[in-house]
Amino acid sequence: MRTETRAIGNVLVVRLSGELDLGTAPEFRAKLEEELDAKPDITRIFLVLRDVTFIDSSGLGAILGRYRRLRAHGGGLFAIAPSPQVRKVFDLSGLTSIIPVYETEDEAWARASGV
Amino acid sequence: MSATNHVTLEFPAIAQNVEFARVAVACFASQIDSFTMEEIDDIKLIVSEAVSNVVLHGYDSPGGLVRVHAVIEGNVLTITVEDTGRGIADVEQARQPAFTTSPDRMGMGFTIMEALSDDLDVSSRPGAGVRVIMKKAPRMAGSEEHERRS
Ligand SMILES: Nc1ncnc2c1ncn2[C@@H]1O[C@H](COP(=O)(O)OP(=O)(O)OP(=O)(O)O)[C@@H](O)[C@H]1O
Ligand SMILES: [Mg+2]
Repeated sequence: MRTETRAIGNVLVVRLSGELDLGTAPEFRAKLEEELDAKPDITRIFLVLRDVTFIDSSGLGAILGRYRRLRAHGGGLFAIAPSPQVRKVFDLSGLTSIIPVYETEDEAWARASGV
Repeated sequence: MSATNHVTLEFPAIAQNVEFARVAVACFASQIDSFTMEEIDDIKLIVSEAVSNVVLHGYDSPGGLVRVHAVIEGNVLTITVEDTGRGIADVEQARQPAFTTSPDRMGMGFTIMEALSDDLDVSSRPGAGVRVIMKKAPRMAGSEEHERRS
């Protein structure tokens, strides 16, 4: 798994690739917590999932945890471009009804950057 | 296809082995050549959920084992994931969507296993471990329009 991050204003764009499961979720969680601790201005995460090839409930839990941290301060987390496998697990788990999902980054910038 | 085949894996209940287990079972499952790519992904996911549960919840102390047994009989894949750990006191409650004993988790593992297998059986004796049995067969086996992997 790889996690690339870039802060743009108060949005942290996170590009994930590979598999997000019990083995890799701790690294993902630690990286994002570190970024959020270091950049207190960040209110939103745009999580780009295009290159995530596998996710299970451990991955969902790690994403939901970061969502909750940002929500607690009035911000949010937005999922972008999930593959069919990721989309299916989001839908099955009910995460789609909690976390907004956008097909493209442009759509997220248009609809979610002013939250 | 009517061949019978089986494989057994046994390994320590540690996070690094979750990927190994799901990839190994998916590879074995692909001997049923009418499984679609999507169904093979479903198999990866349900194995990942069952094995992750053992790593997360199975044992009070390190050193516990996971045993995965997969059988192909005709077109049906049967996967058994077992541990000899603390067990589940109330299986019916554990299987409810969103039930979890870990506050930072979603409690969706059993719900996913149930949704993506044809049949899920969970049995446990507290103190003696958990056995999860999942069955899956190709939905469209034999159909001409069926999108095959090869
Ligand atoms: N092998 C096991 N040994 C002991 N307890 C288990 C085992 N598998 C599941 N459980 C219990 O059943 C509960 C529900 O399991 P389930 O997989 O549905 O959710 P979870 O693992 O808590 O969260 P998630 O799967 O969403 O990460 C667990 O919280 C745990 O208490
Ligand atoms: Mg689970």
